Amino acid sequence: MSDDESGLGATEESLRCLEMPSEIEQAFADGPALVSYVAAGDPDTESTKEYVRALVRGGSDIVELGLPFSEPIAEGPTIQAAIRRALDAGMTPQAYLDLVAELDVDAPLVCMTYFNLIYQYGSERGVEPFVAAAADAGLSGLIVPDLPVDESDPLKDACEAHGLDLIFMVAPTTTDDRLDRMLTRASGFVYVQGRLGTTGARSDVSSETHVSLGRLAETGLPKAVGFGISEREHAREIVAGGADGVIVGSAFVDIIAEGEDVADRLEAKARELKDGAMEGGEKVPEPERT
Amino acid sequence: MSSESKFGDYGGQYVPEALMPAIEELTDAYERYVLDNEDGFMDEFRRRLADFGGRPTPLQRADRLSERYDREVYLKREDLVHGGAHKLNNALGQVLLAKYMGKDRIIAETGAGQHGTATAMAAAHLDIDCEIYMGRTDINRQRPNVFRMRIHDAAVNPVTAGSGTLKEAINETMRDWATNVEDTHYVIGSVVGPHPFPKMVRDFQSVISEEAREQIREKAGRLPDSVVACAGGGSNTMGAFHEFVPDSDVDLVAVEAGGSGLTIDEDRGLAPHSASLSSGDEGVLHGARTKLLQNPDGQILESHSVSAGLDYSGVGPELAYLADEGRVTPVNVGDDAALEAFHRLSKLEGIIPALESSHALGYLEEAGRGDADDDLGEVVVVNVSGRGDKDLDTVIEESEKRDIDAAPTMEVFR
Repeated sequence: MSDDESGLGATEESLRCLEMPSEIEQAFADGPALVSYVAAGDPDTESTKEYVRALVRGGSDIVELGLPFSEPIAEGPTIQAAIRRALDAGMTPQAYLDLVAELDVDAPLVCMTYFNLIYQYGSERGVEPFVAAAADAGLSGLIVPDLPVDESDPLKDACEAHGLDLIFMVAPTTTDDRLDRMLTRASGFVYVQGRLGTTGARSDVSSETHVSLGRLAETGLPKAVGFGISEREHAREIVAGGADGVIVGSAFVDIIAEGEDVADRLEAKARELKDGAMEGGEKVPEPERT
Repeated sequence: MSSESKFGDYGGQYVPEALMPAIEELTDAYERYVLDNEDGFMDEFRRRLADFGGRPTPLQRADRLSERYDREVYLKREDLVHGGAHKLNNALGQVLLAKYMGKDRIIAETGAGQHGTATAMAAAHLDIDCEIYMGRTDINRQRPNVFRMRIHDAAVNPVTAGSGTLKEAINETMRDWATNVEDTHYVIGSVVGPHPFPKMVRDFQSVISEEAREQIREKAGRLPDSVVACAGGGSNTMGAFHEFVPDSDVDLVAVEAGGSGLTIDEDRGLAPHSASLSSGDEGVLHGARTKLLQNPDGQILESHSVSAGLDYSGVGPELAYLADEGRVTPVNVGDDAALEAFHRLSKLEGIIPALESSHALGYLEEAGRGDADDDLGEVVVVNVSGRGDKDLDTVIEESEKRDIDAAPTMEVFR
């Protein structure tokens, strides 16, 4: 683990402003972005490759590829089941990284997983081996739902050393003080948790989403909203409300679970959501946004 | 923050951001009400533990066990706490704390059903809504406790994921908490989870060792040579050990469930035991860094024990720390030896112990007859963490299947 950045907090902060935007930040440059999630290895490795390509063809700007963990406490029933299928089919962290290395798509890939898998990877315990291997495999960032900002320093340091973005989740319950701490460490985009609870498709957009977007209006980083988004109209409304992108998972995983014409339907669903996001972006910008 | 969140490198707060504000609020409440007795919280807690919970519990000399093992064996009778187990100590403390915090809903996970029952009792006593998550397998093997929870008007939600035991019940309760965090308090049943739970649960349970330390001085005229307690998550263990930790001459023996053996089936992700303290590796589960049963990738293994309350893949972070420091000695007792111990105590002392507690009692047999230099010594305190009424179906079925020597025949019923 690299400990040599101690005491450089303020300098790092000013350096980041001068840095080139990361690959992930650039994915938001041409208008509202679609971030699409699937669980790697659901139902098998070859299918995942095909599905990721289909999602990118459909307009996904970033693909969030889940690395399945046996205790997915942030997930609702849909993604829990996908993770179970992937684990039963033999998905492992090494197989995941091999899959990422073989994927040749024109969109940055983000790994979403739980902390213990990152911590245990490689011959010695700690976050460094996984982050190094993730960078080698071609991942652009990490999202770790059970790693709050309070415990994130070692992983943040390793990500900076290897050029990966560590993406933080902002919840409806996040206090101002916590938000400030997160924003000094965040890069890539801010994951706005659109509602309390777990992942999973819902029939409406939560009012909490708009409150969170309002709090983040001054933030320089792109803001993408996830949890509960499954339809074109949701995507439109959220982008019109000030988001720079939408994150969709369960709606895609449902298609995979159904198992018919999966690639074509994923592509069509991605296109629908991307179109919704683009429509939302055509609206007159919210007055408080500059 | 005036209370540290870690024990060495163990502990911490590895939970989703959505829960962190509630955990900060809880930490603040723990420091004010529990540590500083603000508004007389601890006085009310102790008063209710006495009037409602039946404390203090006796420390009883076990005459026939003392003779059998040639040691002075004392039993800390937590089976006599209202509800039949030590679990009420913590459940009452946390439900009362939730009331002080102005929460209007309680949720809890349960394995053996003892914590769920204790929480349902405390919630009824203090008039607050209560929902319990319980694995499907555990519901099937602990039916009487399911009935008790329902009778106290708690909702019981079955959890079917995975092996349908404690680990899955905790996952599902965390998901509920992440959804309803603004008005709900999660009463974790053991010294596990993110800070402040391991410390707070230990503090509520340490009434066990506080009483036992005083009682043994009265009865034996000195401190014990050892204290023995079973360890799953470790709440009765830390409760029985805490006040003795500074007494460096008192050995602290944590007895884990050896199940049917300590080997691991990696292909199927199964550990046929629950001995995370003696055979687990460092990792992060359910909010804390601790010792875990996991495969080399970090996937959590399904644990096993004949006793539902010990059937857990992790263990409290403070126990992991004390074991590494050499202050706590982890040992294990298998399913069969625990069943033998269950019948032995029932016959020799007229006490039906919980299957969990039977593991602690089983270690007395494995340690054999006393000699002053062995690890148990001349004066031993064993924590009888609960009573075994809830286990009768399991014990009768398993004793017959395994041909347990000490088990009575039940032929009279055929």
